[in-house]
Amino acid sequence: MITSAVLDFNAEPAPGRTDNAGPRKYRRRTSVLPGFGLTMGLTLTWLCLIVLIPLSTVFVASHAMGWEGFVRVAFSERALATYRISFATSFVAATVNALFGMLTAWVLVRYAFPGRRIVNALVDLPFALPTAVAGIALTAIYAGNGWIGQFAEPLGLSLAYNPAGITLALIFIGLPFIVRAVEPVLEDFDREIEEAALTLGARPAQVFLRIILPELMPALLTGFALAFARGLGEYGSVIFIAGNMPFKSEIAPLLIVTHLEQYDYAGASAIATVMLVAAFAMLLVINLIQAWSRRRSMR
Amino acid sequence: MTPAPGMTTRLRAWRAATLLLAPLLLSACTQSGSDEPGKAIELLNVSYDPTRELYDELNPHFRTRWKEQTGQDVTIRMSHGGSGKQARAVIDGLAADVVTLALAYDVDAIAQRAPGKLPEDWQARLPHNSAPYASTIVFLVRKGNPKGIHDWADLVKPGVAVITPNPKTSGGARWNFLAAWAYGRAASEGSDDGARDFVTRLYRNVPVLDSGARGATTTFVERGIGDVLLAWENEAYLAREELGAGRFDIVTPSLSILAEPPVTVIDGNARRHGTAKVAKAYLEYLYTPEAQEIIARNHYRPIDETIAEKYAAQFPTLNLVTINGAFGGWTKAQKQFFSDGGVFDRIYAQPHGGR
Repeated sequence: MITSAVLDFNAEPAPGRTDNAGPRKYRRRTSVLPGFGLTMGLTLTWLCLIVLIPLSTVFVASHAMGWEGFVRVAFSERALATYRISFATSFVAATVNALFGMLTAWVLVRYAFPGRRIVNALVDLPFALPTAVAGIALTAIYAGNGWIGQFAEPLGLSLAYNPAGITLALIFIGLPFIVRAVEPVLEDFDREIEEAALTLGARPAQVFLRIILPELMPALLTGFALAFARGLGEYGSVIFIAGNMPFKSEIAPLLIVTHLEQYDYAGASAIATVMLVAAFAMLLVINLIQAWSRRRSMR
Repeated sequence: MTPAPGMTTRLRAWRAATLLLAPLLLSACTQSGSDEPGKAIELLNVSYDPTRELYDELNPHFRTRWKEQTGQDVTIRMSHGGSGKQARAVIDGLAADVVTLALAYDVDAIAQRAPGKLPEDWQARLPHNSAPYASTIVFLVRKGNPKGIHDWADLVKPGVAVITPNPKTSGGARWNFLAAWAYGRAASEGSDDGARDFVTRLYRNVPVLDSGARGATTTFVERGIGDVLLAWENEAYLAREELGAGRFDIVTPSLSILAEPPVTVIDGNARRHGTAKVAKAYLEYLYTPEAQEIIARNHYRPIDETIAEKYAAQFPTLNLVTINGAFGGWTKAQKQFFSDGGVFDRIYAQPHGGR
C-alpha cells in the first residue's frame, strides 16, 4: 500500500522494537534483493529520473527570466494573494483532517461493526478518484442549488465558489493521508498501558491526552504534512468549486496554469519555484517537529 | 533441459529489446509508405473542446470521399481540449498532422515557438483566413428571459449575474471579452475609456470565473448560477437543445464579434509522417458544400454562401466586428488585453469589495 511505504520512509525502527534487534543486526540481515550497493544505486537513479531532474527543470526554466523578472512575477500582488489563499486553505483543511482523520482511524481500529470494511475502503476513495470528478461532485452538492448547499445558503453560509469551497475540496483529497498514517500506530498500540493508567485512577481524558496522543503525534504530524503538501498542489478538484476570482479564491496552481496559457513558461516556473521551496521548507519543519516529538516520547 | 542461467538472461534481454523496438520499427514502416495508394493511413487532428460533435460527423464523410478518390483507407484520430493547452501540446511535440483551434493566436504560437513546423504566413494558405466556418458570441438566458436581457447594455445592470470563463485561461472567453469591448466602444462613440469602463462593470457582475468554456456552461446549466451565459453560438445551441431542452433561450445581441476558428496543416509533422497530401485534402474538404452543410447543421456559420442562405433562419444577421478590423490582429489584442498587466488584469488589480 502506498501509505505504508511513505510511512516507512519516516520510521526509524520504533523504540519498542529495537530492544531485541539492535540497529547493527537490523542492517546486516541478508536480503532477498541483491546487495545494498546495487539497490541504493538503482534507487538514486530512479529518484533522479522521476523526481529530481524534472523538478530541477522548474528552477532552470525560471532562471531564464533573471532575478528581477523572477521577483516581479513570483512576488506580484496577485501571486502573493494566491499563496495566501493556497496556504491558508491547505492548512485549515489539513487541520480539520487531522481531527476527523484521527477519529476515523480510531473507530476503524477500536471497534468492530458491520460494514467496517466498506468504511475502510471509502477512506481510500479520494486516492483513486480523478480529482476533477471530486470537484464536480462536491460542487454539485455544496453549490447554492445542491443537496447540502440549499440548506446552508439561507443561513448565510456559502459553501462553493469561495475559499470555503476550496477548503472542502482539500479536505476531501487529504482525508486518506491522516487515516492511513494514524491507523497502523493505533493498531500497534499497547492497550495494557492504557489499562494500567485507568487502574491507577487516570480519568479517560487524561489517558487520551497523556498516553495516547503523544504516541500518535508523530504519525499525526506525518499525515498532516502529507495532506497539507497535497493540498498546496491540488488543482483538478479545486478549480470547479473555487470560483477562481482573483484576490479572493484564486489558488496558486491556477495562476501557474494561467501563465502557461499565455505561453509564459518562465513565469509559470517562477511561481512553481516558490511553491516548491515553500512546500519543501514546510516538510522539513514538520520532519524536525516529528523528530523532536519522537525524542520526547522516548524519554 | 533448462538453458544455462546466462542464456535465459540473454534471451530475456533480447525479448525486452524486441518489445521496445517493435513499435518504433512498425511506425517507421507505416510512415515511409503511407502516401502510396492502397495503404492505410492515419491522421491526427488536434482541436479544441466544442468541435467534438462537429468532427465526429465530418470525419466519416471525409473517409468515404478519400477512399473513392485514392482507394486509400484513412483513419482520423481526434484530440480535444482547451485551445491553448492543445497548442502547447503541439509545441511540446504532440504529433498533430492538422490543428483546428479556437483562435489564430494559438496557431501563431505554434509557428513561432516550434520552428520548422509551419510557416509564419500559414493563415494565407486557405480561403477566409484559413477558417472554413465561423461563429459568434451570443447570450444564453433562462427560459422566458426573466431578467429581460436583450443586448450587452443589460449585462451591466445591477443584480444581473453574468457567467463567462477567464480569458486568461480560455480561448473562447477572449472572444467574449473582445465582443463586450467592441460593444462598449461602439456605445461610447469609439472611446477606449468608455469601452474599458463598460467591460469593467460587466466583469463586476461575474460571480464565477471558470477556466474553460465547457466549465462555464456547466456552471450555468447544471449549477443554476447566473442569469446569462456568454457563449459560442454553437455551444449555446448545443446547451439549449441537448443539455437542457426547453430550459433556455438564446439572445442574439445587436453587435458581436466574428469568431473565426482557423485550421492548418502542421507541415513539419505531416512531412515526417508522410501525410502531407491527405492532411491538405482533409482541410480543403471542409470548404466543400457537403462539409459546409454538416458545419451548418452543427450550428457553426458556414462560409459557403448558398449553404449560408439555406440556413439563414438559424443564424440571425447582426453587426459583426472582426479581430483584424477592430483590434489589429491577435498578437496586438493579446498583448493589450490579456498579457500580464494588460487590461483584463487591471480590472482585477485591486481586491474589490462587494460580494
